[in-house]
Amino acid sequence: MMEQALDILIAALIVLGGSFALIGSWGLARLPGLMARLHGPTKATTLGVGGCLIASMLYFPAKGMDFSVHELLVTLFLFITAPISANMVAKAYLHERKVAEGRKCDPAADAVAGRMPLPEASSATCDWATFGAPEASKPDTL
Amino acid sequence: MNRLLPHPGLTALLVIIWMLALNAFSFGGFVVALVLGIAVPLFTAPFWPDRPKMRFGLPLAKYVLLVTWDIVIANFQIAWIILFRKSRDLRPAWLVIPLDLTSTEAITMLAGTISLTPGTVSSDISTDGEYLLVHALDTADPEGEIARIKQRYERRLMEIFP
Repeated sequence: MMEQALDILIAALIVLGGSFALIGSWGLARLPGLMARLHGPTKATTLGVGGCLIASMLYFPAKGMDFSVHELLVTLFLFITAPISANMVAKAYLHERKVAEGRKCDPAADAVAGRMPLPEASSATCDWATFGAPEASKPDTL
Repeated sequence: MNRLLPHPGLTALLVIIWMLALNAFSFGGFVVALVLGIAVPLFTAPFWPDRPKMRFGLPLAKYVLLVTWDIVIANFQIAWIILFRKSRDLRPAWLVIPLDLTSTEAITMLAGTISLTPGTVSSDISTDGEYLLVHALDTADPEGEIARIKQRYERRLMEIFP
């Protein structure tokens, strides 16, 4: 009885994880524009992988095998790498816009997210790090 | 002590990760973990001259739980948007978040949190390190969203990184 309940729980977690991974990928294909597409894989996929990992952590002790902690490491690495890869894609997008439009204080309207703001409207020296000159940044904050 | 262990936190983290990767406790494995935990911070010390000022305590544990909970909620929200919202009904926006945090570790953690939680991806930081550029997938009230991020995450990070 107990074993059956555990099996159902594990199956439910795998199905839940699989559905979220599928929805995340569907979002990547369906949402309009690059920045919107980024949201699918960074969010929905974390729970997709998370569900499968929890199921895996439950499955091996339930089947009399050794408890495994590798799943915790996978979670840790996933949480470190997902924001960084999203950030790299976003930076590449910002670069592309600079090349395409020539970045001035008032870039042409973006069809997806409206015009991209500057850190401070009045400031001429301060810009986003993707565009800024390295010497303009404070060394102690980098 | 300080010269042998320039970054005790990093040493502890390396030992824990090495032991988790081994997946079984053995004395030999623990010795290798200790050697790595001491050697890696020593050799990489020139990259981080200062120790990050960070409190490992109740606020950090609470923050991790809060972010984990928010990630689960974020997944359902984004899944809902992907499945049932029409593309033309989305209201994406760029948010500029003025930062009160100053340490690089704290800003990194805030940016990572923003990327993992509801409908926002952090895209860039200003050259002076005082503003964060964030893309929101669907927001009716950009100002409110900025205030929410500052209130919910940044205020808590200020306690962890004094």
